[in-house]
Amino acid sequence: MPGPAMFRRRSGTAPHATGAATLQADQGAWLLSAAALTLAPHLLTLPLWVSALSVLLLGWRASLLWQGRRTPNTYLIVLIAIGAGIGVRVAFGHFFGKDPGLAFLALLLGLKLLETSTMRDIRAVILLCFFLQLGVFFDNQSLPVAALTLGASLLSIGALLSLSDPAAGTRERLRTSALLLAQGLPFMLMLFVLFPRIEGPLWGLPADAHSGMSGLSDTMAPGSISNLSLSEAIAFRAEFSGTPPRPAQRYWRGPVLSEFDGSTWRAARQFEGERAPYAPSGPRFEYRITLEAHNQRWLLALDYPADAPEGVRYTTTFQALSTQPLRSRTRLDLVAYPETVVGLDETAPVLDAALRLPPDSNPRTRALARELAAGSASPAHTLARTLDRMRAIDLTYTLRPPLTGGNGVDAFLFETRRGFCEHFASAFVFMMRAAGVPARVVTGYQGGEINPVDGSMIVRQSDAHAWAEVWLPQRGWIRIDPTALAAPGRIESGLAGALPAGEALPLFMRPQFSWLRDLRFRWEAVSNSWNQWVLGYNSERQREFLSRLGLGELGWSTWIGILGVAAASLMGLLFAWALRQAQASDPLDRAWANFSARLARHGLSRHPAEGPLDYGRRLAQALPGHAAEITDITTRYANLRYRPPATPEAVRELKRRIRTLKLT
Amino acid sequence: MGVDALTGGARRLVDRWLFRLGRPEAAPIILYQRRIYVLPTAAGYAFALALLVMLIASINYNLSLGYALTFLLGGVAVASIVHAFRNLLQLSIRSGRTEPAFCGDALVFHLLIDNRRTARRPALRLRAHGEASAFDLPPGAVTEVSLALPTKTRGPFPLGRTILETRWPLGLIRAWSVFIPDITGLVYPAPEINPPPLPGQTAGEAQGQRSLRAGDDDFAGLRNHQTSDSPQHLAWKVFARGGPLMTKQFSTLEGGDIALEWSALPPTLDNEARLARLTAWLLIAEGSGRRYALQLPSRYFPRGHGHAHLHQCLHALALHDQAHAGPGDV
Repeated sequence: MPGPAMFRRRSGTAPHATGAATLQADQGAWLLSAAALTLAPHLLTLPLWVSALSVLLLGWRASLLWQGRRTPNTYLIVLIAIGAGIGVRVAFGHFFGKDPGLAFLALLLGLKLLETSTMRDIRAVILLCFFLQLGVFFDNQSLPVAALTLGASLLSIGALLSLSDPAAGTRERLRTSALLLAQGLPFMLMLFVLFPRIEGPLWGLPADAHSGMSGLSDTMAPGSISNLSLSEAIAFRAEFSGTPPRPAQRYWRGPVLSEFDGSTWRAARQFEGERAPYAPSGPRFEYRITLEAHNQRWLLALDYPADAPEGVRYTTTFQALSTQPLRSRTRLDLVAYPETVVGLDETAPVLDAALRLPPDSNPRTRALARELAAGSASPAHTLARTLDRMRAIDLTYTLRPPLTGGNGVDAFLFETRRGFCEHFASAFVFMMRAAGVPARVVTGYQGGEINPVDGSMIVRQSDAHAWAEVWLPQRGWIRIDPTALAAPGRIESGLAGALPAGEALPLFMRPQFSWLRDLRFRWEAVSNSWNQWVLGYNSERQREFLSRLGLGELGWSTWIGILGVAAASLMGLLFAWALRQAQASDPLDRAWANFSARLARHGLSRHPAEGPLDYGRRLAQALPGHAAEITDITTRYANLRYRPPATPEAVRELKRRIRTLKLT
Repeated sequence: MGVDALTGGARRLVDRWLFRLGRPEAAPIILYQRRIYVLPTAAGYAFALALLVMLIASINYNLSLGYALTFLLGGVAVASIVHAFRNLLQLSIRSGRTEPAFCGDALVFHLLIDNRRTARRPALRLRAHGEASAFDLPPGAVTEVSLALPTKTRGPFPLGRTILETRWPLGLIRAWSVFIPDITGLVYPAPEINPPPLPGQTAGEAQGQRSLRAGDDDFAGLRNHQTSDSPQHLAWKVFARGGPLMTKQFSTLEGGDIALEWSALPPTLDNEARLARLTAWLLIAEGSGRRYALQLPSRYFPRGHGHAHLHQCLHALALHDQAHAGPGDV
């Protein structure tokens, strides 16, 4: 894209005679406002220096236009362009990919604006605007961004209009631009629904294609989940076909972490299969989950998944996985059996791994655990004693735990006593292992809020959670949530109910902003429909929709045929509009036709070759009572028709006279 | 040369079969839908390419709104086809007056274009013979559009194949209509630069002056003075009495009349050179305020004076020996 070719000047005359080669003030204003509105949503996501430089370039061009000064020397612009290219290369480390591409396009837009000297340059700027408008959607496809982009497209089309018709006024340009967009809309809808959706990518995407997706990771260190908890972004939505499960059952399983190196928990090796490694039992919950892209394979299914559709795989740690990382919003119909007993016949290597601890770490905790285990009759007893002990320690649940050193568990249990769910889970699992009971950390999401507007359950990043699983003989893996010891409210009413007063909560979670929450629920219901029906319209939905239309599985030739017929009929409608406009646009003819029709009803139809004046004379003779009015009308018509210009006022007057003519 | 002939032939074929052009059409020419054509411009192809790139990006990154934007802009481009078409639809074209021009000067054709619609028709262009003129049509009015064409040969100059086109609204689509209006201008021969004096000028002038001095019996009357009149014919006496500036006319003074004869020109001159010289002389003679007669091989214009007489003579020069056809069928 970059390079000297962009800056080659066109020799010869401008391609369009009505558009002068130099930018007129109003054309410039259109161009600049289109560019500004196009750039606006990018400014937040682009690197700061790119945003600043593009705003600067735009402002420079605006001030030049304002003062009627010439654009700067081409060499200077090329110099800046080379600098910008180097800057992008240094900042991103590579050229190919959406982030450096967008950064470069944004800079190029400013530079090209400074360089505009021919019609072709200006058109190139507008094309750049269109590219950048598309580029916004890489980061954000929400409704407001779509509306903003539509506004930018409206202005860009207005800028194109200003090139071909410099004489038009602002309002006329806006109207024509809006009319064009309105007429383009049916084509868009038709193609959006019918154009064959191919699941991308067409080729290997650049490495950064899926950057910026947030969510859980497959490791857990102190702080990793509390960071997520401040994010109000939606992780996924679930719509239950019946009543949703109780809050205490809303455990959405992510990675299961069983290897600990003293500070970080990691997932152990696990196996995948087509079938769930347990026999589902108890109440059944059917739900449709819509996951935001997080670039991982896990499906965050509600414990414990079974009866999942084709393509879902189950791990030996009871997780549901998709075959591919979720790189776009994904919808799935899943089933959960929360009361299933799992892991009754767990294998020895897994249990061994669930007992392993790094040697010599956290000596105080080990000592405590040994003490607890020594007086216990069974692992279940040990578990009960450990929970009692942890409750007695009087730990505090907080989003901002103090930093701890090498022996994190010791520090948490005996010194700071303040921590977030990962501290609780980590400490508990450590103690259980030290006491000889197999245990592991499970990460995922806990909770979920029902949106009263559309009834769907929303699970946010702030619902990210870590809990523990303990293996007991004859009972298998049972879920223990140590956070509940210190903050029982966390499980029943979410983060806001669990944190002590005065702790900084995300804005929406604060009680005094309940109206804001209500507004957000409404908004999120709208966005949910938007996500489901517009953004989530993929090849699968398309097939579903087409089969509902009764089209079934389409062959390529049928598909092309349908597209062609639809496009041709839309085109036909547009041409019909143009022709109807042409006919209806002459009010004089309509008035005259109306007049002739009325007299025809009195048996005085006009002969095809009869002129208005002859017709008038004949009518006057036939209807002597109206001779004066009729002659007046026919003379007025003849004058307006054959002695143009016919002013609208005169035509209106003629119409009024025809209307008021009372024939007896 | 061969290529030119080939493209010329191809264009004639296209004109005949696609545009159904033949003889000049009688006014008014109304642009109905069947004679309006649309094709993308270079900018239109660039736009299509840009849309293709955008579509590929949307497919590759699964951007639903990317598809939407691409299709919306595609729809806008398609709608702009209809707008361009509609901008020409049902325009009615009549011929206006055309003043003759001397060869080498621009011949200005005037067309009257009637826009009956109550909306403005922006960004129209009229093209013929490689020249163009851009204009807008106000709503519900007849507008006179002029097109100045350079002239290279004398004789009748039919406007011929004319194109009315527009790139409105977005410049992506060009809609046009081709027609041959029934309008023909006339190109007079270019006057010779630095022509010799009028025939019999030196002798005749001297003779005339002498007889003028000899007596006033040839005096025919007075007329209003024109700046081109010889000061020697000024009616000084009238002026001295406080009257207007008048010029004396000498009707019977044979030496004052000018006879411009084709046959009297030197035999070394070819036809066009003769015509050029006669044109120049006619202009000088008219400017001198004297009467002049023109003798051509086929026609004779008895002596006369004034605008009508001059144009009659120039017309005859322009059409001289044009039986073998002029530059008409360009």
